[in-house]
Amino acid sequence: MSRLTKFLGSTVGAKFVVAVTGTLLSLFVVGHLAGNLLLFRGRDAMNTYAESLQHLGAALWLIRGGLLAVFATHIVLAIRLKLRNQSARPAGYAHEATVQASWASRSMVLTGLVVLAFVLMHLAHFTLGWLEPTKYAVHETVGSGDLLRERHDVYAMVVLGFRSDLFVALYVVAMVVLGLHLSHALQSLFQSFGFRSPSFTPVIERVCGTVAWVLAAGFLLIPLAVRLDLVGTEVTP
Amino acid sequence: MANATGTMRLKLHIWRQKGPNQSGAIKTYDVTANEHMSFLEMLDVLNQELIGKGEEPVAFDHDCREGICGSCNLVINGVPHGPQRGTTACQLHMRTFKDGDEIWIEPWRAKAFPVIKDLVVDRGAFDRIIAAGGYVSVNTGSAPDANEILIGKADAEEAFGYAACIGCGACVAACKNASAMLFTAAKFAHLQKLPQGRVEADRRAVRMVQQHDAEGFGSCTNQYECEAVCPKEISVTSIARLNAAYRRASLRSVEV
Amino acid sequence: MHLDAKIPSGPIEKKWDTRRFELKLVNPANKRKYRVIVVGTGLAGGSAAATLAELGYHVDAFCFQDSPRRAHSIAAQGGINAAKNYQGDGDSIYRLFYDTVKGGDFRSREANVYRLAQVSVEIIDQCVAQGVPFAREYGGTLDNRSFGGAQVSRTFYARGQTGQQLLIGCYQALERQVDAGRVRMYPRTEMLDVVVIDGHAKGIVTRDLVTGKLQRHYADAVVLATGGYGNVFYLSTNAKNCNVTAAFRAYRRGALFANPCFTQIHPTCIPVSGDYQSKLTLMSESLRNDGRIWVPAKKGDQRAPGQIPEPERDYYLERKYPSFGNLAPRDIASRAAKEACDDGRGIGPGGLGVYLDFADAIQRLGEDEVRSRYGNLFHMYEKITGENPYKVPMRIYPAVHYTMGGLWVDYHLQSTIPGLFVLGEANFSDHGANRLGASALMQGLADGYFVIPYTLGDYLAGQKAGKADTTHAAFAEVENEVRARLQRLLDVNGSRSVDSFHRELGKLMWEECGMARDAAGLQRALDRIPALREEFWGDVRVPGDSADFNQELEKAGRVADFMEFAELMCLDALTRDESCGGHFRTEHQTDDGEAVRDDANFTHVSAWEYKGYGERPVEQREPLVFENVKLAVRSYK
Repeated sequence: MSRLTKFLGSTVGAKFVVAVTGTLLSLFVVGHLAGNLLLFRGRDAMNTYAESLQHLGAALWLIRGGLLAVFATHIVLAIRLKLRNQSARPAGYAHEATVQASWASRSMVLTGLVVLAFVLMHLAHFTLGWLEPTKYAVHETVGSGDLLRERHDVYAMVVLGFRSDLFVALYVVAMVVLGLHLSHALQSLFQSFGFRSPSFTPVIERVCGTVAWVLAAGFLLIPLAVRLDLVGTEVTP
Repeated sequence: MANATGTMRLKLHIWRQKGPNQSGAIKTYDVTANEHMSFLEMLDVLNQELIGKGEEPVAFDHDCREGICGSCNLVINGVPHGPQRGTTACQLHMRTFKDGDEIWIEPWRAKAFPVIKDLVVDRGAFDRIIAAGGYVSVNTGSAPDANEILIGKADAEEAFGYAACIGCGACVAACKNASAMLFTAAKFAHLQKLPQGRVEADRRAVRMVQQHDAEGFGSCTNQYECEAVCPKEISVTSIARLNAAYRRASLRSVEV
Repeated sequence: MHLDAKIPSGPIEKKWDTRRFELKLVNPANKRKYRVIVVGTGLAGGSAAATLAELGYHVDAFCFQDSPRRAHSIAAQGGINAAKNYQGDGDSIYRLFYDTVKGGDFRSREANVYRLAQVSVEIIDQCVAQGVPFAREYGGTLDNRSFGGAQVSRTFYARGQTGQQLLIGCYQALERQVDAGRVRMYPRTEMLDVVVIDGHAKGIVTRDLVTGKLQRHYADAVVLATGGYGNVFYLSTNAKNCNVTAAFRAYRRGALFANPCFTQIHPTCIPVSGDYQSKLTLMSESLRNDGRIWVPAKKGDQRAPGQIPEPERDYYLERKYPSFGNLAPRDIASRAAKEACDDGRGIGPGGLGVYLDFADAIQRLGEDEVRSRYGNLFHMYEKITGENPYKVPMRIYPAVHYTMGGLWVDYHLQSTIPGLFVLGEANFSDHGANRLGASALMQGLADGYFVIPYTLGDYLAGQKAGKADTTHAAFAEVENEVRARLQRLLDVNGSRSVDSFHRELGKLMWEECGMARDAAGLQRALDRIPALREEFWGDVRVPGDSADFNQELEKAGRVADFMEFAELMCLDALTRDESCGGHFRTEHQTDDGEAVRDDANFTHVSAWEYKGYGERPVEQREPLVFENVKLAVRSYK
């Protein structure tokens, strides 16, 4: 066995890799949120940002491929650990009790799978446009003179998408679940990496909890603001 | 709280299992106890009654009855060692309960701790984890003078905090994943805090984790139920230490 | 029978060196051909098994607990003595030797005690190297505290869990040898008899406590480290499963039992709270460093302790023993507590208790300092009693704690059965009639780490490895006896539980052979015990069967041995017609209640030889010769 497979095969090693991939995914979440919030700076800011991502070309596919690999590793290892953990206690207790473990910490695979389902839906919704093709296929014309060109009107797509109660509801649920997942995940990273001390751990726990819910709330701002007609009123179907 | 005379009537739901390969079930018993009794003394009362009736008494592990040998291992109302923090079942006193209470008593549950009989389980896996590396390799007679190894008071205290582990297995019983990480890490961290233990820390980390996994314990997912039920209140900081050390040791070239 | 203690000649400080040079050695390549059985994995057995395996012997180690780490050494709280003189307060090997001989009321063997003091120094080095987290000073050096019977600080400690930390150190050394394949560990396995072939101990018969299977184990030598017999009193500070069976079975096979009446009553235990009580809990002697012991000066004073003003309190230890005060040795402190209670000045339920008061210490040092020194003990006290010792004084009372008597061994720790060695509390060798605090851990580790590895080699060098095996007729015979006895216990199917007999025996022993003894009471006990034993064999009820995990059967076998052993204890106590150390015969005391020894007639070890069930054992005597310490009236005034 190579050192890496041994490491990944061990409970502590696998947990470490789950933490590393989790960290990368968290960074992605932060970046994604920052990009999304451009919506509040208007159509041009949003669409320019989207366009610049498209212009990355090969690099974009590299990033997407990397992200996919990270995602897959995170999920596969976490599920493998979960199965191992379930088999570690074949017979349970007749009288169950929990002293201090939070619901979030006990439901990471469940919340993780909900987030996964959401991501797939989200991709089908806004990246591939499979769910609402007409709302997806909106374009705007930009530039002037000879340089007039069409580009994907991401701003309008989002605004149109979130005028649906169904989607707003789905996104709200998904973001609450993401918040739960992150509320345990972020502070847990420090433990898995081996940073813990009586003085800074309580601070970390508080900060991580806050960050998790700020991220979830940040994402929620968009569908809610659209649904409440605080942004995007200029977009017409 | 008991009634004025200190006696209390209790309904006990106890896991009964004749042998390792037989199936078991919860059986219910009524017992009259006294608030000054320890929890195990209350079980003694029940057992004396069962013997009187010609039934087999409830088997449970116990020995020192002063909270240090680590023998006693009862899950009481879903919590290893019962409701009082930092207390083994043998040190738990009936004044913690009320007259008329119903109490569930079950064995440690983990694949790596198979039930032998009733509430008795086989914790041999813990010995094997220690045998894999939970020691300092020093033969008798080869030690330098004790004061040649200087250890700061704070380090000695922290090491003691980890070394206080009594190997009872409550951490495993409480962990939703039946992980023995707190047990394993407590020994690792105890020795890592001391200069004499640092020399072979890499080998120790790798071998102890390998053995932990081979025994069929689950993985730690940072829920800290173990810390909450540990009768010696050992900190999960030990686990953080082992996490980091295991990573370093695995990535460095250590032959183990 | 002539008891040859094999004490080396020459000046006391040279004896051990001389002997170590004289001892025969086993060639390193030959060591692995020898198989050694070690029964018991406490400090003595665990350290012996680990060290013998390190040397290259093949070791089979046995314990009845589910793990070797749970042996009762783990419960020792206060500390371990060593003549390191790290405090520069005048300690030396000679002083530790002297204190121990004096503390034992001049009933121990000088040469053994001197060796104990010598190797004490190495024990600390060894334990520190293993990673035992002893208490430290800020500068990083080791800290010490004082203990009873000494005027120097020579006790090394790890909070109130010194025994645990030392045992874990030695358990880890043992597991290291298990991993190396040199120790085969048999947990949950109880030794039920020893097998003697051609006059030499060559094996044991055990019962697997999980499956009930009887097993034969052959070895070239057998080491017993099976602890003391304090549970003969039912209530003691010993763990519930401590028992005399291994030692008693060896006695029945021809090993002499020495000074069985020497038992130690520890002065600071939590008083009995009711008749359901299953065991007594010790509060470490170290508490007497800062706690003050007192009772009301007036008889029957029912006021709460806080209501009793200073002048109406009797700090009786400080009054009677001004130079040692609250740190008087255990036997003296215990007797003084009994005296105060007998005088009607005891406190708490039944008047069987005295106060151990920390109010002064808290005022002098602050609550935080007291907490850092004794926090875990205070916590334990509060859990058991429901009272907060930071606010109200602890209530304490003496309880059976340790047994100085044990199987007779020579300087090599070999019993009168060649090839059968006995270590730790199970032997009688080092503590005389009273053990000083923090000396049990020292003796266990000295025997296991530093004595047996040398002396066992000397025996094995004269033995051909693997002379017989478990097919030898002697094994079959012993196994059959063991099986028949187990079956007999199950077949009685009477009406009383094992515990009810054990309680009755314990109560009898506490009353007639406890803190104070006299001829009439001992005779009463000697009359009653055989009858009780007959009742036991006629009316005990042991449910279940023998091919199973059966805790009642385990207990029954142990109590059956206590029933026989108790008689031996009382006989020894009756025969030793003097007071010494923990053996206090009320006929022999001064006007102010101090023990009066009879050196002219009792400066010897009484070693008893088994003559058959119900037969009176025969006393053999090993005279004690004091070449270095002058016999004197022990004074702590």
